[in-house]
Amino acid sequence: MTAVGSVIRFYSNSTAFYTMGLKRYVASRIATLFGVLLVTLLLTIALVGSNMDTILKQGVAVQVRQEISDTPGLAEGFETVEAFEEYVQDQIDRRTTELGLDEPWHSPGRIGLAMYKILLLDFGHATFLTSDSGSSAVGDIISEKLPKTILLFTTATIIISIVGIFLGALSGSRVGSVADRITSSFAVVSSSFPVWWVGMLLIVLFAFVWQLFPARATPTVPIDDPSYIASLLYHMTLPLITLVLIGFGSWAYIVRNFMVGVMQDDFIVAKRAMGIPRGRIVYRHAIKNVAPPIVTILALSISGSLGGAIITEAVFDWPGMGRLYFEAITVLDLPVIIGATYVLTAFFLASIFAADMLYGYFDPRVRTGQ
Amino acid sequence: MSSIPTAQLWRELTGSRMGLTGLLILSGLVALSLLTLAAVPYDTFREWTNPNSWLEYPKSAVPVWVNLLLVEDIPEHMILTPAHSENVAPSAIPTYSEAFALDYTYDDFPGGFIYEYTAEYTGSPLLEMSVTRPDGLQLELVSAALPSAPAGTLHSEKIFSTDAQLHKNLVLQSGMFAYDTVGLSSERIVFGDADSGQPLKGRYVFIVGMYGAEGSISDSTLIIDGKAFGMVGTDEMRRDLAVGLLWGTPMALFIGLAVAIGSVAAGLIYGVYAGYRGGITEESMMRLNDIVYALPALPFLIILAVTLSNSIFVMVGFLMIFGWVGIAKVSRSMALQIKTRGYVEAAQLMGQKNRVIMFRHIIPQLLPYAFASVAISVPAAITTEAGLSFLGLGDPAFPTWGTILYDANTFGAAARGLWWWIVPPGMMIALTGLAFVFIGNAMDAIVNPRLRR
Repeated sequence: MTAVGSVIRFYSNSTAFYTMGLKRYVASRIATLFGVLLVTLLLTIALVGSNMDTILKQGVAVQVRQEISDTPGLAEGFETVEAFEEYVQDQIDRRTTELGLDEPWHSPGRIGLAMYKILLLDFGHATFLTSDSGSSAVGDIISEKLPKTILLFTTATIIISIVGIFLGALSGSRVGSVADRITSSFAVVSSSFPVWWVGMLLIVLFAFVWQLFPARATPTVPIDDPSYIASLLYHMTLPLITLVLIGFGSWAYIVRNFMVGVMQDDFIVAKRAMGIPRGRIVYRHAIKNVAPPIVTILALSISGSLGGAIITEAVFDWPGMGRLYFEAITVLDLPVIIGATYVLTAFFLASIFAADMLYGYFDPRVRTGQ
Repeated sequence: MSSIPTAQLWRELTGSRMGLTGLLILSGLVALSLLTLAAVPYDTFREWTNPNSWLEYPKSAVPVWVNLLLVEDIPEHMILTPAHSENVAPSAIPTYSEAFALDYTYDDFPGGFIYEYTAEYTGSPLLEMSVTRPDGLQLELVSAALPSAPAGTLHSEKIFSTDAQLHKNLVLQSGMFAYDTVGLSSERIVFGDADSGQPLKGRYVFIVGMYGAEGSISDSTLIIDGKAFGMVGTDEMRRDLAVGLLWGTPMALFIGLAVAIGSVAAGLIYGVYAGYRGGITEESMMRLNDIVYALPALPFLIILAVTLSNSIFVMVGFLMIFGWVGIAKVSRSMALQIKTRGYVEAAQLMGQKNRVIMFRHIIPQLLPYAFASVAISVPAAITTEAGLSFLGLGDPAFPTWGTILYDANTFGAAARGLWWWIVPPGMMIALTGLAFVFIGNAMDAIVNPRLRR
């Protein structure tokens, strides 16, 4: 998606501000986003439900057989093999009914229960994957991976926005200059490269040719080691460079386009006529006026990067949510898929909401309720 | 938003430098696609994932042009067909012979050689193979009796340079060499200087002859296994990457354009319908639009590809599901404006059907905007599909740039420095994206007067 496109689209989305009051607007946004969360959950369960059912039932059968073989003397008490098998089947059926698995997965009761549990962050247990500490609870796995994704992408977003705002302000205040042309063309060119491909290139350069950074971004030291944080940061360098390299161009372009508009406003022209230095105008006065849309887009861009995390983390093997998602897909670990989708969606929606609210906060017409 | 006739849009697009650049790149890509469809054998497309059809090629070979940049030339992979073959009278010796000539100019030894042939004969002939080297030495390589067939047979075989008998034959002739050849591989002996043991440059002639029975050899090739091949090299599965890149071009254009046109058309009609009808219809349609807008696209695409299907055509449909939303929003608000214009009201008063008004009076006004949206949507569609393929969720039956990169990642090409496997597919993705970004931005500037400064 091109940066400009997303900006325009965002503004067309926020016209609702002017037609309804702030409170009603907030309420309707919350309702919509919560609706989206439920729809996402429902769709996810609907898509993986039948597979999930089979896996759960197999799990019950294995568990029952295991328990029976663990009970000494139980198998010898039966006259024939058929009678024993009948007993086993009976036990499996009983257990299935207890767990409510006798109903099909699409029965309203089961879907309702599943959604209720997930809404309360009870994701159940993973089929294959475990956390580094050995727990198979999906909640544990996610709470271990999520901070790393947030660490990488928040750091990247902060660097990108600082560099982007500075460059954008610079080129927006001198339209047509060399700096402006370089920034603009870099923005257009870099936005058409896939981030993960640039990541592969940087691995070739930094891990193979110059051997400065490791190709796999998973730290090699155990998590309780004191040098773990240092190792994590060292392994984070290459993914971080990639994200910044690809990201800051379109950021600078967005800021530039807003800046071009503001620099033509009367109050800026007046200040220039007063002889205030250009740098002071740009970084003191003009940037204040481009801040609202930029902060809003910042919130949106964090949500966008979370989706991209799946591929980026797969390239670098960064031990975050994206790689977890990828691994879960590879081995079809459905509880993890559902849990991770839910958490990713929740974050995504939270940042959309934050973007909406920030826009409202910065727009005085909304604050004063006019 | 002023409406601009389509003809004027085209004129202004070709007038702007950015738009023209984009159109030039795009026409280059289209030409490449047509060339691929016309000139590259369709078999290579179907057999892309079949490892057996790529055995003639070298493994992970660098592009040939790399030699231009190096002081020491890397041996090129050679697939030779017989230079001359003659069928002499049955009494003569040999009854059939063929020769392969090659100029060896490289500073390293080849990885080996393979002779592949199909012989048709009656009786029990003897097959002999020898090589005449630039220094005049003649080395016997093979002297083997073919299976006896009094009634005639068709015999296919591959003789590898790693063959134990072949190696033994060479070692027996080690008297011609100034050094001990026992521990050396066959290709090092055949292509080694008799004094120094360095690669010997010059003209080699491999001669194959059939003796003692009537017959002929057909479909024979001699493969000198090199480490450089083609314009873009080969991958770990010995596939010629040029073929994959070429087939990837029409695939990417198809995916990008199909998704973009499909989603823009759907979004346009959806938005115009909602805006034109208004009231509760509009409200509920836009609510649905809000929900789809807020769905996280990539996780959903992944789940859909895993659980339903990863066929390329289904994938195009999935991408459309997430592509129409933004366009629907904008076209709704445009339809709201257009609907109040006099000619639309006049058409309503004349009793024209809603469908006719929508398709004849409103949608044509939005076409320039729709064209710009198509161009802007294409790069996203291509990179998303490439990203999904990169995760291993692509259609395995089709060579796309994304699947090439997926294979590269699976075989750790980045960490092993196999840059020729990584750089070209990504460059192609970026180039295609860039073409449409240029066209889209240029069109955007034309149809969106706000951006005109």
